[in-house]
Amino acid sequence: MRVFSVFEISECPLAPSIPGHGEAIVKTVRIGAGLGFYGDSWVPIATTLERGEVQYIGSDHLAELTLAILHKDRSKDPQAGYTRDLVPMLTALWPAAQARGVKFLLNAGGLNPEGAAAALRAEFTKRGWQAKIATVSGDDVLGRIDEIRSTGATLSHLDSGAPIESVRERLLFANAYLGAQPLVDALGQGADIVLTGRVADAALFLAPLVHEFGWGWSDWDRLAQGITVGHLLECSGQGSGGNFNAYGEQGWQSIPDYPHLGFPIAEVSEDGTAVITKAPGSGGRVDFDTLRQQLLYEVHNPHRYFSPDVVLDMGTLRLDDLGKDRVRVSGATGLPRPNALKVVAGYADGWAGSATIGYSWPQAYAKAQTAERIVRQLIAERQLKYEEIHTEFIGLNSLLGPLADTTHADELNEVYLRMLVRTPDRGLAEAFPRQFPWLALSGPPTASGFSGMDAPRALLGLWPTLVPRDLVETQINVTVSTT
Amino acid sequence: MRLVDIAHARSGDKGDRADIGVFARNAKDYTFIKQLLTAPRIAAHFRGISSGAVDVWPLDNLWAIKIVLNNALQGNAARSLRSDNLGKCLAAALLRMEIDNPQGNPHE
Repeated sequence: MRVFSVFEISECPLAPSIPGHGEAIVKTVRIGAGLGFYGDSWVPIATTLERGEVQYIGSDHLAELTLAILHKDRSKDPQAGYTRDLVPMLTALWPAAQARGVKFLLNAGGLNPEGAAAALRAEFTKRGWQAKIATVSGDDVLGRIDEIRSTGATLSHLDSGAPIESVRERLLFANAYLGAQPLVDALGQGADIVLTGRVADAALFLAPLVHEFGWGWSDWDRLAQGITVGHLLECSGQGSGGNFNAYGEQGWQSIPDYPHLGFPIAEVSEDGTAVITKAPGSGGRVDFDTLRQQLLYEVHNPHRYFSPDVVLDMGTLRLDDLGKDRVRVSGATGLPRPNALKVVAGYADGWAGSATIGYSWPQAYAKAQTAERIVRQLIAERQLKYEEIHTEFIGLNSLLGPLADTTHADELNEVYLRMLVRTPDRGLAEAFPRQFPWLALSGPPTASGFSGMDAPRALLGLWPTLVPRDLVETQINVTVSTT
Repeated sequence: MRLVDIAHARSGDKGDRADIGVFARNAKDYTFIKQLLTAPRIAAHFRGISSGAVDVWPLDNLWAIKIVLNNALQGNAARSLRSDNLGKCLAAALLRMEIDNPQGNPHE
C-alpha cells in the first residue's frame, strides 16, 4: 500500500488535517491494466511494474470464444482448461512484481482455476519462488443445470426467451459472471495472486479498491466508480491510445510510439475519484478522446451498465483532461446491484468450411466474381447443400460488406475471393474448399494465393441467460495455497 | 462532407449486438450529430448488415452518442462467417456517412 502525503500529490497546501497528525495523509491505490485478451502482450505490464508504481495488476484473459477453446483443451486433458499464457506470463513478471509487492488478479483460471494454480505452484516451486496463490471457483454451472432448473429458474435465452432444451445437449460451457466479493475475500486472506474463472472483467479492478478502502457493498456510487475504473482498464491498450479510431490532426496517426504503447494505470482515491494515466516514458496517449472511446466500448444502455456488484449510470460521469497523459474520472452514479447473475453458455453450432483465392489486375474483381459463380454452380450440381454461403472480396468489401464503395472495383490491383459455408455436417464443411484448387489451371487467369485446406472451424452459439445469485454465490469457493 | 470530418467512433460486440460510440469534438458539433443520428437514419445506413432494431442514447456529459445495432453479427462473433466478425469496422462504416456541413454552406 502506498501512502502519499497531500503535499506530494496536490498543490493544495491547506488540505484538512487529521487530528493528532502533523499533516493530512491521502491514500491512493494504483492499479495497472494487465492483458486485454488471451493472446495479448505482457511486455507493457513489465513497463508498468518497472515505472508505473502500481500495487495491483488486473488481467483479463477470457472472452466467450476463449471459454470454448478452454473447453476443448480440458476435454483432451482434465488438468488443462485454463489459459496457457498464465505460467509464462507470471514467470516473466513475478520477480519484478514481488520486489515491489505488486499483487495480481487474473481470470486466467478459465474453466479450471485449481488446475491453473497447480501449474503455477509447480513452476514457482521449481524456481524457489514464494507466493500466496488464491483460487476463486463456483462460476462453472454446466454440471448444475438440472439442479438450477429444479429450483424454478428457467435458464431461457435472455433475448429470445427460447427454452434451454433446444441447446441442452450441445452445451460446451456455462459460466456465471461473479462479482468482486470472493476476490476481496482472497485479498483479505493475504493472496499475492488471485486466479479466477469467469468473473465480470471490471471486478478484477473493483476488488483491490474494496479491499484497500473498505467500501461497503451498498456504497453504490463508490462501487460504480470502481466499475468505471475497471471498464477503462480491462481492454489493455484500448484505454491508452490503442485502436484509437479517430482521424485528422489528433487522430490515430498522432498516437506516440505504438511499439512501446503503455497500458493504462488508475490512481484511485478513497472517494472513488480516479486519475487514469500510464507509465512515464511509455507510448500511447491518455486524454479525453482516447479515454471516452474506451468508456463507451461494448456498453449498451449507458445509464444501465450492469455488473454483479452495482449498476452504473454513466450519465453523470465527468472526464477532466489534466494534460500530460492524466484524465480525472469522477461522478459515476451507482444503482443497486441486480438480483440475478448473468450466465453465458456456449453450444456447438455447426461448422464453417472456407477457402480463399486471389486474382491480379487486369479485371481482378471480375475474375474473382467469375470464380465465385463457378463454385456456386459446382456445389449446386454436386448437391452439396449448405445452410449459408458467404462471399467476400478481400481488397474490396471483406471488412465493410454492403457499405463498401465499389466505384473503382474494376481497376483494383488485386482481389481475393473468400467464401465460407455454414453446415451442421463436419464432412460437408471439409468438402467445400476442395472445390477450389483446380481453378488454378482450369478457371479464370492469374489465380494465386490459395488457402483453405485447413480443418473446418467449429462454430459456437451463445446462450446468455440469468440465474438467481444465491444459487451461484452459495457455491463459491476461495482457496489459498502457498509455494 | 462525411461524419469522419467532425467525429470519431469505436465499435465492439456483445452476442448478436454491435455497439458504436460516436464522439464529437465540441458542443456545437455534438448538437448537430445528436440531431443527425436518429435510429431510422442509422438503420438505413446499415441496411444489409444489421436487420434488427437500432437503439440510440445521447450522452451530453461526454459529447457522445451510444448506438446499438441489434441482430447485427450473424448470431455472435464465434459463429459469424464475416472477416469482421467482431464488428470492429462498423464504427468506420458509420464515419463514412455523408452529412451536411454543420457550419452551413459558406457559398450560400
